[in-house]
Amino acid sequence: MQEDVISLIKENVIQGRITKGDEGMDEGMVGQPGVTELVEQAVASGVHIRDVISKGLSGGMNVVGQKFEAGEYFIPDMLASAEAVGAAMQILQPRLAASGIKTKGTIVVATVKDDLHDLGKNIVSILLRGAGYIVKDLGNNVDAQVIVDAVREENPHFLGLSALLTSTMARMADVIQMLEESGLREQVKVIVGGAPVSEEFAQSIGADGYGADGFQAVAIVEALASDTES
Amino acid sequence: MPREGILVDRPYERLTREQVELIHQVSMQILTDPGLISFNREAVDILHGHGAAVESIAGDHQSWQVKIPEQLVLKALDNAPRTVKLGARNPDNTLIMHGDEPRVYFITGSETNIWLDVHFPTYVNKADPTREIRIPEFKPRRGTVDDLCQSAHICEHLEMVDGYIRTVNIQDRDITGDNKDVNKFFASLNNNTKHFMSGLTSLKQLDNVVRMAELIVGGKKALEENPIISFITCLVKSPLQFVDDTTATFIEVCRRGLPVAVSSSPQAGTTAPIKEAGIMAQINAEVLAGITLGQLVKPGTPVLYGSVPVRARMDTLGDSYGSVETSQYNIDCVQMARFYGIPNYSTSGVCDSKIPGQQSSIERLFSDIVVAMSGPQYLHCAFGLLDCNSVFCLLQAVLDDAHFKMIKFFLRQPRIDQPEMEAALKQMRAVVTTPQKLYISYIRPVLRSGEISGIYPFEGSGETDDVFEIAYEQMKDLLARPVEHIDRKITARIFEEIPGLLPRLNVYERGS
Repeated sequence: MQEDVISLIKENVIQGRITKGDEGMDEGMVGQPGVTELVEQAVASGVHIRDVISKGLSGGMNVVGQKFEAGEYFIPDMLASAEAVGAAMQILQPRLAASGIKTKGTIVVATVKDDLHDLGKNIVSILLRGAGYIVKDLGNNVDAQVIVDAVREENPHFLGLSALLTSTMARMADVIQMLEESGLREQVKVIVGGAPVSEEFAQSIGADGYGADGFQAVAIVEALASDTES
Repeated sequence: MPREGILVDRPYERLTREQVELIHQVSMQILTDPGLISFNREAVDILHGHGAAVESIAGDHQSWQVKIPEQLVLKALDNAPRTVKLGARNPDNTLIMHGDEPRVYFITGSETNIWLDVHFPTYVNKADPTREIRIPEFKPRRGTVDDLCQSAHICEHLEMVDGYIRTVNIQDRDITGDNKDVNKFFASLNNNTKHFMSGLTSLKQLDNVVRMAELIVGGKKALEENPIISFITCLVKSPLQFVDDTTATFIEVCRRGLPVAVSSSPQAGTTAPIKEAGIMAQINAEVLAGITLGQLVKPGTPVLYGSVPVRARMDTLGDSYGSVETSQYNIDCVQMARFYGIPNYSTSGVCDSKIPGQQSSIERLFSDIVVAMSGPQYLHCAFGLLDCNSVFCLLQAVLDDAHFKMIKFFLRQPRIDQPEMEAALKQMRAVVTTPQKLYISYIRPVLRSGEISGIYPFEGSGETDDVFEIAYEQMKDLLARPVEHIDRKITARIFEEIPGLLPRLNVYERGS
């Protein structure tokens, strides 16, 4: 029974189905429970959360990654699966500490002041949630002081800053400067991204990492997380 | 089920109804004054027998002035079929063309003398020898029968090729005027299951190639029902002349009732007036003269209104297929054919460039897009052709296939209707309530249904332009795929009955 629900969770992650109303990839799946319903069911029936996460959610995402590499899946498919995992993690989050499971980390993300473009930031958020991180999304056009305050209050492992305009990318430097002035810079890794941003720019403003796209953003966060652990 | 091609819902037309009718009226005047000069006696006799005025030119018994009255032309147009079926070895590759339906089929051709090989030597940066790049180099050589087999083979696998006109003239040492036709027909038919259209080198070989087709499909009646071969004849040489040998071929093809394209290729500036009005009236008169002759030979002969107009280059007075006017003439001809309700054989994609590259891409795509938009039925669109139809390159054909896929996608009818709008509204109302406000989750079913065009298939991963290298790899993959040859038993009969076939073309006897 436990194995059944876990394999259903895995399958629905692969299908990218969050709720029973979602279509997924295959025909005729509408009406069958999606990842959120299945995770609720698993928790209620006493399935260990560690198994739900490692065998169901991560197991499904591993298959999705393989399908993407093979050209069978496209980015919308990856995002659908990542969203399903993110939704499942929201359900599981209050129970993680009690189960003795450490989260992978918390990330505060924001599009900087005067920039309303949040598509890239939103995609990165979905992918990070799908990878098992807790994401606090501050939205777009976010004042530097609000971001610094969020770092102070949430004490995240990472801060992700996004900008689409050449005129707003400099705001990222302002945020890093204010983090330093507030004595918070050392406690958080700052990742930057957005169309005009480059590796060179990231280095020039003292960021810890740069992601050219959502996948690189997740990869750089994973790499920095493992550096921190070691 | 016939091939689908692409139905152009609202074809692009340049001419007003008045302009179309004016071209028609002037063409009728041209056919009576000055009329055509015929170098073919039999055509003169046929036309004369049906009321055309004929006069020997200045005591010359080899050529005649023929004046074709309007009534004769109109009657011929009535007799010409509005629907032409071009069969195929694989019936799924059949082409059905209705004269009034702007459904486009993409066809290879025409024939070239030169085959362009490609290879990729490595170049080292002088300033930084650690940096190397591979650049394509193209080497021309004379085409052979093996090349023709390869061309037919790859065109079998190119998704966008709806029908095959041979792309390379076979010039092997053992190919002669007498055996060229049978070998080019066999090489093409044996490596490609799509419809095959060709010109004929020697009229003496007509019955041999027709017999070959009959053997393949199972007899004379079967060939009538499934005409896997058709012919193209340039019986009219511009300006306004029935050529002796191609007219003779045309007459014999019509007698056998097989489909035939009546093609004319005037060059604006040299063999036709330089301005649009003049070349259009002349080419229309030339094609109508051919159609009239064909319908007099055998009423109901399936004919295509064939147009290969071109403008002259001002620097050499050679053909300038890459010129903008050439596309305009072709689009006008598509409209004229539709006016008569006769399926059109049109031309696009021929470029002036000698090798694949930017010039080639721009010239061919320009005409491919605009002429396809006009809705010709049988668009021989220069798959792989370069240098004004004198060079064929397999790599270019692979590139062209991808570009035609884009054109075909572009020509699809818009889907804007009530159910689509209701679905869109439902999505909007749902998405605005979500934190991310993204429609991405709705992409997936659409992506799988083929409603989203693909990314450019030869896009490289780095900073360099890898188009040619990626296309070259695809070309090799396509050549490695098998083709469905004519079966062993029929092949044996063909080699038994048809004289002149090269033994090396018999795939079942190789190496024995």
